[in-house]
Amino acid sequence: MGEVLLTVNDLKTYFYTVSGVSKAVDGVSFHINRGEIMGIVGESGSGKSVASSSIIRLLPARTGKIVSGSIDFDGTDVLKLGKRELLSFRGRDVSMIFQNPMTSLSPVFKVGHQMVEMICAHHKVSRQEAYRMGEEALRKVGIPDAGRRMDSYPYELSGGMCQRVIIAMSLCSNPKLIIADEPTTALDVTVQAQVLELLKDMREKNGMAILLITHNLGVVWQMCDSVMVMYAGKTVEYTTCKELHHNPLHPYTWGLLDSMPKLSSNSGEELATIQGTPPDLRLTGTCCNFSNRCPYAEDLCRNQVPDLKELEPGHFVACHRQGVESRLFRGGVKQHE
Amino acid sequence: MLKTILIRCLQIIPSLFVVVTLTFVLTRMIPGDPARAVLGPQASVEDVEKMRETMGLNQPLAAQYKDYMINIVKGDFGTSYSYNQPVFSLIARRIPSTLLIALPAVLIALIAGMLVGVTSAVHQGTLFDYVFMILALVGVSMPIFWLGLMLVLMFSVNLGWLPVLGMGDISKGLGDVIRHMVLPCFCLATIPTATFSRITRSSILESIHGDSIRALRARGIKESVVIWKYALKSALPPLITVLGLQLAGCFAGAILTETIFSWPGMGTLIVGAIDNRDYVLIQGAVLVIALAFVMINMFVDVIYMIINPNVNYEGGN
Repeated sequence: MGEVLLTVNDLKTYFYTVSGVSKAVDGVSFHINRGEIMGIVGESGSGKSVASSSIIRLLPARTGKIVSGSIDFDGTDVLKLGKRELLSFRGRDVSMIFQNPMTSLSPVFKVGHQMVEMICAHHKVSRQEAYRMGEEALRKVGIPDAGRRMDSYPYELSGGMCQRVIIAMSLCSNPKLIIADEPTTALDVTVQAQVLELLKDMREKNGMAILLITHNLGVVWQMCDSVMVMYAGKTVEYTTCKELHHNPLHPYTWGLLDSMPKLSSNSGEELATIQGTPPDLRLTGTCCNFSNRCPYAEDLCRNQVPDLKELEPGHFVACHRQGVESRLFRGGVKQHE
Repeated sequence: MLKTILIRCLQIIPSLFVVVTLTFVLTRMIPGDPARAVLGPQASVEDVEKMRETMGLNQPLAAQYKDYMINIVKGDFGTSYSYNQPVFSLIARRIPSTLLIALPAVLIALIAGMLVGVTSAVHQGTLFDYVFMILALVGVSMPIFWLGLMLVLMFSVNLGWLPVLGMGDISKGLGDVIRHMVLPCFCLATIPTATFSRITRSSILESIHGDSIRALRARGIKESVVIWKYALKSALPPLITVLGLQLAGCFAGAILTETIFSWPGMGTLIVGAIDNRDYVLIQGAVLVIALAFVMINMFVDVIYMIINPNVNYEGGN
């Protein structure tokens, strides 16, 4: 712990579409330590998935492009990796878990076959040996009757079971980092908790770092050490999970927190929402992206892009209204110190 | 699975019944008199009448239909008027020569179509993609008789590289037959190649944009394996459907090609039979072609069950 594993610096990933350049990730920086669980939170289209796919350079070949920035993984410059190095980087150093487990496995090959394919791609072992390793991995993630499951097609498994298979697959090569892109969104609530527990458990046992992409702050509180809030391709707030929980500083984070349903609220009470919609990503870059929805926005916010400032040690916020001297308070009420 | 196959076999019977009935009615609607066609224009009216009687054509249609059905169930396809030979043996002799050009043509079409389709899909939007998809469009739209004649004109008449027509003579060696096969095969393969490449392209495109392919790439699987193994296998079902139809179509579809190149197969047999109003032969040939269609489609269903485990009619393990 403590040693930096991944450093992403000023990453810009743009999509070149017919109707213009969409700045999906526009200058994002963060780092993950060994064994750390970091969360990226944001609504749909905030660029969190694109940022995470950029780490393994898994972007649509013709439209998506990493325009600038650097990605350093354990001393390797990811953006300079050649084709073959990239293949062994993906899956061996960094594994990715996707949102929908039912479609992340190929429907036309048996689970065992796909596990063997993955293991053989990264280890010099015979197919029999790989099969045995796969079966062992399934057992480790708590799949009952692993032998029979190896011989099943993905459609014969439930969503939670598929996600376990995928997690098992990603663990086979003992990666240093797992990127989990909304790993529980497509699952039942009870299964969600199991899958998150499993991820946490695997981190304890294997010591890998996890980058958890989610739109659910509840998941972040439960899982993460540090967290970055993204909005319209930019980082709006970046700090430790604890700090964000006790002392959120960006108006967008406040909005997210307010829109979480609370157990204490009356059933008749309407859920709070953030008014308006995110800006068109092809038109951003002239003002604070949140200014059109922010109740605290001033002229400056509509004319200038705010920089990410370290307001408190280890707590970065990109907001004109938040300064070291002049602090804005949530809902106009002073927060507990 | 065996149960499913058995059920599919039983389903063949009603389809064939409909085919037999339809061809019976339709052949009777062709203008002209078979007796006159056999005896020629100089024959006297009495002779033609006599001939009609021996052929059983003076009976009411319902009685003719009944006789024909009973004979078919017995396995007797009747005797051809024009060849004066049993229909069954005539057809049996022609089928191998049809297959001799049909099977290689479909095989070539399948391989070439898949290669072009997959490459086009992988390089979507590039020059390769545009050129080959335009060629494919030209290929499907090309009238076969025109293409056949142009091929003959170019390779046989002008360049003199290949024979104009016929099947060649096996006694002159296998090379002679193969030389005769080249142009008909090419001609016959044009449309299927174009169809296969377009179907493969769209099917592959659909699968390579799917989550499972993205996940494979994220796992560091080699791109060639991702495309040629995973993407291709999930793209197979529509290809196999088309393969079945093309294969079945080749039994009958060789009519134009065989006529242009005077290839002694099923196609020329049918055309001759229609010219001669040879009802019995037409009916027999159509029945055989229909049977081929139905059987091949049944095989397609069985192959479906094998490659796509989701299509398991019995369910479960």
